[in-house]
Amino acid sequence: MDRETQAEAIREATAAMADRMAAEKSALTELDSAIGDADHGANMNRGFQAALERLEDADDDPAELVKTVGVALVSEVGGAAGPLYGGSLMKASGEFEDGITAESSVAFAERYLETLEERGKASVGDKTMVDAVTPAVHTYRKAIEVDDSDPLEALGKAVDAAERGVAFTTPIRAKKGRASYLGWRSVGHQDPGATSTLYLLEELLAVAEEYLNGDVEVDAEADVDPEELEEPALEDGADGGP
Amino acid sequence: MKKLINEPDAVVDEMLEGMVAAHPGLRRLEGTEVVVRADAPVEGKVGIVTGGGSGHEPTHAGYIGDGMLDGAAAGEVFTSPTADQLSEMIQACDGGEGVFCVVKNYEGDVMNFETAIEMAEMEADTDVEYVVVDDDVAVEDSLYTSGRRGVAGTIFVHKVAGAMAHRGADLAEIERVAEKANDRVGTMGTALTSCVTPEKGEPTFDLGEDEIELGIGIHGEPGTERTEVMSADEITDHLAEAVLEDLDPAEGAEVATIVNGMGGTPLMELYVVNRRLQELLEDRGLETWNARVGDYMTSLDMMGCSITVLELDDELKELLAAPAETPGLTVTEG
Repeated sequence: MDRETQAEAIREATAAMADRMAAEKSALTELDSAIGDADHGANMNRGFQAALERLEDADDDPAELVKTVGVALVSEVGGAAGPLYGGSLMKASGEFEDGITAESSVAFAERYLETLEERGKASVGDKTMVDAVTPAVHTYRKAIEVDDSDPLEALGKAVDAAERGVAFTTPIRAKKGRASYLGWRSVGHQDPGATSTLYLLEELLAVAEEYLNGDVEVDAEADVDPEELEEPALEDGADGGP
Repeated sequence: MKKLINEPDAVVDEMLEGMVAAHPGLRRLEGTEVVVRADAPVEGKVGIVTGGGSGHEPTHAGYIGDGMLDGAAAGEVFTSPTADQLSEMIQACDGGEGVFCVVKNYEGDVMNFETAIEMAEMEADTDVEYVVVDDDVAVEDSLYTSGRRGVAGTIFVHKVAGAMAHRGADLAEIERVAEKANDRVGTMGTALTSCVTPEKGEPTFDLGEDEIELGIGIHGEPGTERTEVMSADEITDHLAEAVLEDLDPAEGAEVATIVNGMGGTPLMELYVVNRRLQELLEDRGLETWNARVGDYMTSLDMMGCSITVLELDDELKELLAAPAETPGLTVTEG
């Protein structure tokens, strides 16, 4: 897939994510009101609307587009989710400098996770978005590197893994973030950040299916390298995944 | 609750406008909630910046001026500024020698500053270092915080970092003295009443008519214990002893102190507290080199105070004594 198609896929994935955040606004806020400060849905919705607007003026460069989304989230989401989502995307976007390939998407996903853990000082089991991102990233890498899955299949497995990660946040006690102030009272509630991560990954997968299954017309003359085909999925994963 | 506000949403913006109008040495970065020195960036000097939620005035922008800060970013009330604004501030205060950030230890502040530093490095290649101030001896891992909170002792960190930059020191030297000041300072506060945020318009927490909260944070977050109201001397002893126990200053050490008002406390009462604090320090064989009393880092309209003690050495003393001229703190020669 050429760069322009990659850029188009990134824009489309961002739009799908923005729609999803708008649709889930109340659901996310409800989850957050149980163990946080009841603003996650509104904040994510505002952030993705801003991202869409900013993408209008951005160049068709995959790294630049993902970075633009990151900066928009940092600026508009606020709280901790802004720097966690946005900062991780900004940092990871550098991996797409030479475009999106299976390889660069793995690097992207890992960089995203690494930044998230570092910035949030959180690890698996703390009841945060790390619990969704870690299984997704590990599963994605394993699928690509060990199982030789194609990127679309790998992303599908990653989304399944994220879903199990989100389920895992419910029965555990929060150790990071605002929910940790509740101590044992946080048990029994699903983590809002892990949940929004899953929603974004699901949208990424849906758009990746469209592009990687060939539903979208790709310029036959573009230098189509099977690795690059994986890119859209990965790149999208970048947006929402981790 | 009666308040001198127009719209809760407009408070921060309108406050900054009024602040800049009052102090010609300050300038607002257009389209942001960032205030910088009117002459920023100062060429050839490391820029010293800070930022945090609003509601703590004169913190943060009130310490902008010669010998202290070059810039300060204001978030919404009790909310961290966003990383993009922090990054703009950092870039606007870089006079070619890099920028040093004084960050108070709250999860939101630290995350946004770390992200902003990456943005500034990416966008403008700015050299940036930072210190995370955690002087509150009352609690570990409170609301909003992993580890200790950053409170009024931050004023001393602003002062020594600002004076060091004014001397022409580089980023590493500034970081060293800022870390040293943070290591040697301790603070603990108490609330007699809750603060009232503009948004909510009612007390943030319930405190009975005859109760006080010891170890209170600057956002109304809980402290260590709630007790029956005590006399000024008893409260002072409680706070000061907790600070000294944590700090464990050397026998005969020189100290600088702050009795800080939380926004709603009459100055008269702060002086009453300072009287007892100085007696107690003398009893402990400590020598107060400089005692400050006033509203330095407030919590909106909360009644109460905090006590800060900094154990000095020659270098810190010189840096605190260096001239500074800001809306919130002025030190004159000699």
